[in-house]
Amino acid sequence: MKHDGRFGRYGGCFVPEILVPALEQLEAAFLEAEADPAFAAELEELLTTYAGRPTPLTRCRNLAAGTPARIYLKREDLLHGGAHKTNQVLAQGLLAKRMGKRRLIAETGAGQHGVATALAGALFGLETQIYMGADDVARQQLNVFRMELMGAKVIPVTAGGRTLKDSVNEALRDWTASFADTHYLLGTAAGPHPFPTMVRQFQRVIGKEARAQVLAVEGRLPDAVVACVGGGSNAIGMFSDFVPDEGVRLIGVEAAGKGLNGHEHGATILRGSHGILHGTETLVLQDSDGQVSDSWSISAGLDYPAVGPEHAWLKESGRAEYVGVEDDDALAAFQALARSEGIIPAFESAHALAHAMKLAQEATEESVIVVNLSGRGDKDMAQAVKLLQPEAA
Amino acid sequence: MSRYAQMFQRLHQRAEGAFGGFLMLGDPDVATSVTLLDAVVEGGADMVEVGIPFSDPVADGPVIQAAADRALRAGVRVDDCFGLIRQFRAKHPAVPVGILTYANLLAARGRDKFMADAAGAGADSILVADVPSIEAAPYAAAAQAAGLELVMIAAPNTPEPVIRRIAELSGGYTYCVARAGVTGTSAALALDHDRLFAMLAEAGAPPPVLGFGISYPDQVAEALASGTAGVIAGSALVKLGADARALVQLVSAMKRATALPNGERER
Repeated sequence: MKHDGRFGRYGGCFVPEILVPALEQLEAAFLEAEADPAFAAELEELLTTYAGRPTPLTRCRNLAAGTPARIYLKREDLLHGGAHKTNQVLAQGLLAKRMGKRRLIAETGAGQHGVATALAGALFGLETQIYMGADDVARQQLNVFRMELMGAKVIPVTAGGRTLKDSVNEALRDWTASFADTHYLLGTAAGPHPFPTMVRQFQRVIGKEARAQVLAVEGRLPDAVVACVGGGSNAIGMFSDFVPDEGVRLIGVEAAGKGLNGHEHGATILRGSHGILHGTETLVLQDSDGQVSDSWSISAGLDYPAVGPEHAWLKESGRAEYVGVEDDDALAAFQALARSEGIIPAFESAHALAHAMKLAQEATEESVIVVNLSGRGDKDMAQAVKLLQPEAA
Repeated sequence: MSRYAQMFQRLHQRAEGAFGGFLMLGDPDVATSVTLLDAVVEGGADMVEVGIPFSDPVADGPVIQAAADRALRAGVRVDDCFGLIRQFRAKHPAVPVGILTYANLLAARGRDKFMADAAGAGADSILVADVPSIEAAPYAAAAQAAGLELVMIAAPNTPEPVIRRIAELSGGYTYCVARAGVTGTSAALALDHDRLFAMLAEAGAPPPVLGFGISYPDQVAEALASGTAGVIAGSALVKLGADARALVQLVSAMKRATALPNGERER
C-alpha cells in the first residue's frame, strides 16, 4: 500500500491477509486513475451526459418562511438513479473496467446501492451480483425487480441477522474467493482502505459544486452545511470542500430512530464506541464484548451499525458536529418539504432536512444553510403510505 | 521452549505431521463445549485451535458462522471463553492452544488486556483473522508483552515482502490457507504451495500449517506430502455438532493420516 488509509486513529485496512493484494491493486488503480486526465475526462462526460451533473442548488421558497434563515438544497435527488450513489458507482465502474474485472459485487440494504450498482453493471457490461438481506428481498420487491431489469442477479442473504451488515459480510466473503476477476463496489465511505478515501474523492463533486453555487448566489459561504450520515458517503462528499472553511459549521445527522436512549437507532457517532468492523477502525454500535448490535432506522440507508472512519475523525477533531434526528421528525420533514416546495425527499435526506428546519427555527439572525438532498423519495412511497395512511395500506 | 516448538520437535522425532482440531468455544453451549474439546484431544489432536465467537466473522464460511451464532445465542461471553481455555489448560497441560478471533473483540476489551487475559487463561497463540500483516505490528507487540505468540496467515498469493513480515512478527506456526476464500469444507484442495513453503522457510517464518478446506483423512496425507508441517481441520469437525463420539473418530482418523511415509523423516 502507498498510504495507510488513516484518519487520525481511525481507518486502516483490517481484512484477511488474502484480500490485501486485491486492495493493493485497487489502491494502485485508483491513484493511477486520479492522475490520469483521460479517466477524469471520461468520468466527467458520464457525470454530465448520463447522470445529469451539475445538480442545481435550490433555494427553498416556503420551508423557512418566517425565520431569518435561507435554506438551500443541493439536489442530488435529481441525478439519474435518484440519489448521490450514482456519482461513485460510475467512477468505480470505470475503475473496475481499467482493472480488467469482468464482474461486480455489492451489498445493499433496501436496494438503493444495489440499483445503482446494477446500472453501472449494465452500462459497463459487467456481470453484477447484489447481496441483499433475505427479508429485504421479500419487502423490497420493486427494487429487486429494478436490479433484475438491469441485468443484475440478487442473492438473498440468510446469514446472521439478514441485515445490511450481513450483506457486507457476504460480499466480503465472496470477494476473498473472487477478487481475481471481481470488483467489490462498496456502497459507502467505509470499509477497508482505499474505499473511504476513494469514495470520498468520487463524491466530493457534491460539495465542490455546492460551494461554488452558494458563493455565486449569496456572495458568501454558508453558515452551516447539513447532511445525513449512515455510512457517510453523501456527507463526506458534501463536507470535504468546506473543511478548510473554518467559519462553516459541518453538521452530520444520524438516525436517532425511536430514540437515542433505547437501542433502536443508527446513531453510531453519538452512541457507538471504538471498534473495528468491515475492514476499518471506527465507531461501532456494539456490546461490551464487541459483538456488533443491530441498528434501526426508518430509512434503510441510515440503518448501519458503523460509520466511515473519516467521520469518526471529523467528530474527534471537532471539525464536524453530529446530531440525531428521530424517525418521527424525519417523517415530518419529509411531509413538510413535499407540501411547501413540491419536492419529495428520500427518508435519509429528510433527516438532514429536519435538522436544517430546526436550525432555521432557532436562528436569531440572517443565516444560510445548505442541505444535501441526497436522494429522492420515490423509493420510500410504499413505506410512506403505510406510515402516513395506515388505513389505506 | 514454547508448546508449539516442543510439539513440532516431538512430532519430528516420531515422523508425523501435526494435526490441529478447531472448535468454536461455547458451541452449542459452555458445558457441551468442554466435552467436545476433550474429545478432540482424546482423538489424538496435537494442537487445538479455538474460536472466540464474533457476530460478524467475515473470514468464515457457513459452518463456522453457524457455530459462532449458536454460541452467541446461548449467551456465551468472552469471559466464558477464557474460562473454557483455563479448564482445558488444567486438564491438558502439554497441548498447544491457539485462539482464532476477530479484531473487534480485542478493540472492545482493549488489545493489551485481551492478550494478557488470553495468556493468563493458558492460551499459547492468537490469530486475528482480520488483522493482516500491514496492521499487525501493534498486535505483535501486545502479544509479545503478554507472552502469546501471534499466528499470521499466508496464502499462495502472499508476496515476498509480506512473508518477511510474517517471519519477523509471528510465532508458533504460520497458518497457510489451502485456497482463496473463507473457511469451509471443499472437495478439492489447490495444493500449489511449493513456492509459498519455500519462501517461508527461506525467510525463517514459523512452520507452515495448512487450513481452510481440510475435510477428509486423505486430504491430510495429501497436504502433508505437499510439505506442510501440519494441518488444521475446522468446519469438518464443527459439522459433527455435539456428537463427541463422532468427533473422536474423525480426529483419530485424521491423526492416523499424519504419519509420514518412510524416508520423509529426514527431509
